[in-house]
Amino acid sequence: MSTASAAEPARGPLQPAKKLADRIGDPLLKWLCALAAFIGVAVILWIAYTVFDKASPAISKFGLGFIGTTSWNPQTLKFGAGDWIFGTIVSALVALLIAAPTSVAIALYLTELAPRALRRPVAILVELLAAIPSVILGLWGIIVLGPFLNNHLEPALHSVLGWIPLFGGSPSPYGMLNAALILTIMAVPIISAITREVFETTPVDLKEGAYALGATRWEMVKMVILPYARPGVVGAVMLGLGRALGEAIAVTQVIGNLGEIKASLFAPAGTLAAQIANEYQGATSSLQIASLVYLAAILLVISLLVNIAARMIVRRVTVQRA
Amino acid sequence: MEAAGVSNPLTRSGPGHGRRKATNKVMEVVATVATVIAVAVLAIVIVSVFIKGVGAINIDFLTHVPAPFGQTGGGIADAIVGSLILVAISSVIAIPIGILIAIYTNEFAPPRISSIVRFALDILNGVPTIVTGIFVFGIIVVGHIDIFGIIKLGGAQSGWAGGIGLAIVMLPIVARSAQEVLLLVPRALHEAALALGLRRWRIVTRIVVPTAIGGMITGAVLGVARVAGETAPLLFTSSIFSELGITTNPSQALPNIPVKIFELSESPAPSDHQAAWAAALLLILFVLALNIVARTFHERSRRRIRA
Repeated sequence: MSTASAAEPARGPLQPAKKLADRIGDPLLKWLCALAAFIGVAVILWIAYTVFDKASPAISKFGLGFIGTTSWNPQTLKFGAGDWIFGTIVSALVALLIAAPTSVAIALYLTELAPRALRRPVAILVELLAAIPSVILGLWGIIVLGPFLNNHLEPALHSVLGWIPLFGGSPSPYGMLNAALILTIMAVPIISAITREVFETTPVDLKEGAYALGATRWEMVKMVILPYARPGVVGAVMLGLGRALGEAIAVTQVIGNLGEIKASLFAPAGTLAAQIANEYQGATSSLQIASLVYLAAILLVISLLVNIAARMIVRRVTVQRA
Repeated sequence: MEAAGVSNPLTRSGPGHGRRKATNKVMEVVATVATVIAVAVLAIVIVSVFIKGVGAINIDFLTHVPAPFGQTGGGIADAIVGSLILVAISSVIAIPIGILIAIYTNEFAPPRISSIVRFALDILNGVPTIVTGIFVFGIIVVGHIDIFGIIKLGGAQSGWAGGIGLAIVMLPIVARSAQEVLLLVPRALHEAALALGLRRWRIVTRIVVPTAIGGMITGAVLGVARVAGETAPLLFTSSIFSELGITTNPSQALPNIPVKIFELSESPAPSDHQAAWAAALLLILFVLALNIVARTFHERSRRRIRA
């Protein structure tokens, strides 16, 4: 016993022991984790490759002209993405036109106005909006929002602003406006959460400086917070745009899924994502399936560009200020 | 006592003081109203689902399979079972991989690689879920996967395909939230362990992960809540069913609640809408409960790590 302790005089329980577990453990965990990370990065490349690969019959048949073609006819096998790209852009832009100012206003309320005890609970409630499954929002859009638009909001808008083509045309429960409002509900929690975080990074000194000069609260917001947070807000709005561009289920439930380009927001339309979802059981010919995958490829490229730009902006802002 | 020359437009007695105060008031009201509307929309949606769904939920609805075409009655037991299996498959794939990714970026990877991985996860999070569905459709439903003959998938819709689609949606949520929590583990704990001569893998398994486990569970629960309501990845992978009745074999397409709500909502029949609301109520209760559990857990684990 005394010889044993003499042989290992100072070995505490935490001293590095040349045990097998240690020799294997370190590299094993490291490579296991690296493999997982590799999978994470590879999936995104694999998605891009597969989508373009499976779209290739349609890509070789229609070429880039597919993007501008406004026809989707399974009988004549003539397919194009024009109607859906138009619907995607218009529905997302209308949604952002409503969601962006609303979200900034919410973020201002939550950082500057709300009583301290209310801030966290209200912020959580707004973020819970993002937790509602899109298929449920779509159901609500069909049965609650649609009839409300058809019977109340759209006739009212039409009678006041009917001379603008956007509000011309007859009211309809399914259409661009319904889709845009549902997308607004989806975008607001995303935009307001990030905007709030950016607002919170505004240096207190600057805010107090503005107050000391006699600024009102709104003047302080206008002169200090908004200029300071502008890049972050832009990034947040673009992330909301990414969400709105890519939503398939709720949009296909409420937009009417018609390949038509109309000036009126009340009219039925379609988007890239919604059209793919809409034809999930109806696609029969292989060319039609390849064309649907082509739509997915276009959607993937658009949303990747928007998301990459948004992430770079948001990251630059948060890294600079961290 | 007028300041000579320069006048400060912001002074209380300055010109337009009343107008400035009015503008301020208007903007305060606008901000408050915007917040009230957002919370009201949340309340209206949830209350709609409750009012319209609660009447149709009963034991039969929860324990019976759908009635054959043309008959009334029946329930969504098949979809409940299918959804649970799909969410389980996706969790088993996404949670371990997500946590390992987070450990890699925060413990092992050089900063440059770590930031590439983070960026890729953010981008993956931004991929429209319908595109994820098309991807899985491409590799598994119309394509084949064969990993050394051990795992063979393909040629048809299946629970595996649906589960993999959901896992891809879940992965960035789990991984990013685990990364955030790992950042909160105090540097001092790390350094103390290193100073005592502990090996990296022991530090990770004995110190870092136990400290951060609360937050990791939060992320996992939020991921589960998210995919439980996802429809788009399942439309092309687990939506066409050969028979009525409960299916538990993931080699076949599994009926599930989101696709069921989607199909019922597109139907013109009022009784189908009624069933859609009831299924929606079930789903929203599940999702909200998970969110509330996750957030409570989150608060507690944050406080513990800080303490």
